[in-house]
Amino acid sequence: MVEIDVRGFGCPIPVVKTKKAIEKNPNEQITVLVETTVSKENVSRLAESKKYSVQVEETAGNEYRILLNPPGK
Amino acid sequence: MPLQSDPNLIAGIESAEDAGVYKLSDDLAIIQTLDFFTPIVDDPYIFGQVAAVNSLSDVYAMGGNPITAMNIVCFPINKMDIEILQQVLLGGLDKMREAEVILVGGHSVEDNELKYGLSVTGVVHPEKVLLNRGARVGDKLILTKPLGTGIINTALKGEMADDDLVAKSTECMLTLNKKAAELMTEFPDIHACTDVTGFGFLGHACEMVEGSNVGMLIHSSSVPYFQEIQELVEMGIVPGGLHRNREFRMHMIEVGADCPGWMVDILFDPQTAGGLLFSLPAQQAEELLQKMHKEGIEEAAIVGEVVSEPKSKIVVE
Repeated sequence: MVEIDVRGFGCPIPVVKTKKAIEKNPNEQITVLVETTVSKENVSRLAESKKYSVQVEETAGNEYRILLNPPGK
Repeated sequence: MPLQSDPNLIAGIESAEDAGVYKLSDDLAIIQTLDFFTPIVDDPYIFGQVAAVNSLSDVYAMGGNPITAMNIVCFPINKMDIEILQQVLLGGLDKMREAEVILVGGHSVEDNELKYGLSVTGVVHPEKVLLNRGARVGDKLILTKPLGTGIINTALKGEMADDDLVAKSTECMLTLNKKAAELMTEFPDIHACTDVTGFGFLGHACEMVEGSNVGMLIHSSSVPYFQEIQELVEMGIVPGGLHRNREFRMHMIEVGADCPGWMVDILFDPQTAGGLLFSLPAQQAEELLQKMHKEGIEEAAIVGEVVSEPKSKIVVE
């Protein structure tokens, strides 16, 4: 499983990094750690536009762990 | 903060106007505004121009004519080449020349990052001041520039913007609202006006109806925007300010079934040096729009109308 940590980055860097991770690891589940609702929303949108299923977990300290599953998995 | 009052104050801090307006005599009022920000483009000359266009716009939005300006500069003198500052100032000055505004001074401080803008002084006849409020039922709304510069600036930061799209967006940000404002002065019945900047189109439209007896109906399919940005919005290339604008004002907005979610986002995109948004009687709106198109303000469009119900709300269809 691929995990990327984009906490500390302003938009659009979390989306750009997630996009690169998706392109580099097609067909793999990707976990993205974000710290703002804006990043959560934007990363979720990117994944949905690529037909990934998106699952968001709120972690301690108001951060989010986003699980992205490729289409068909 | 306790507010001051003065019989000659036409627009003060309490009214969330684009600029302050103070009556000096029966036929003359002074308009004062200032705006400065961090770079939104890499090229310092372009940044200087955009910052100046943005600062001058507030005077046009009040129905006024800018006459003088002062530079506001924050610069990291120990970290950045002074040549960059010269280019920024040159960009600003070139736009002031184009606007026929005289640079009369300025102030600079050392800072960790570059910031630039202008304090602008303008004049207007006290009875011709255009306020945010005042739109009347039956008016049409005209927007003079396409939306999307905030989304495109965000894409640019992520190196995900197409060169042609960036060029179009830059050209838009470099266009003064001078011509549009001049054409508007030929129409005496403009009831309300603002410029579309950081709060986005709907954020500024909300300021025009909030707490008033009128509402707005926006035809989203008529609103001009850079076509390529739909894909960017759907991919999550969305500035943080857009989400904040939407959260702040969504309680005043009713979205119809025919308006897609990505379009609502575009309507909340924070604009830099955006266009003017104003209301005037329907027949005059058609005439002014034609004039604008003829004078090269090609993207200007009638984007909606002022309605009696629902009051203080905006319906987007």
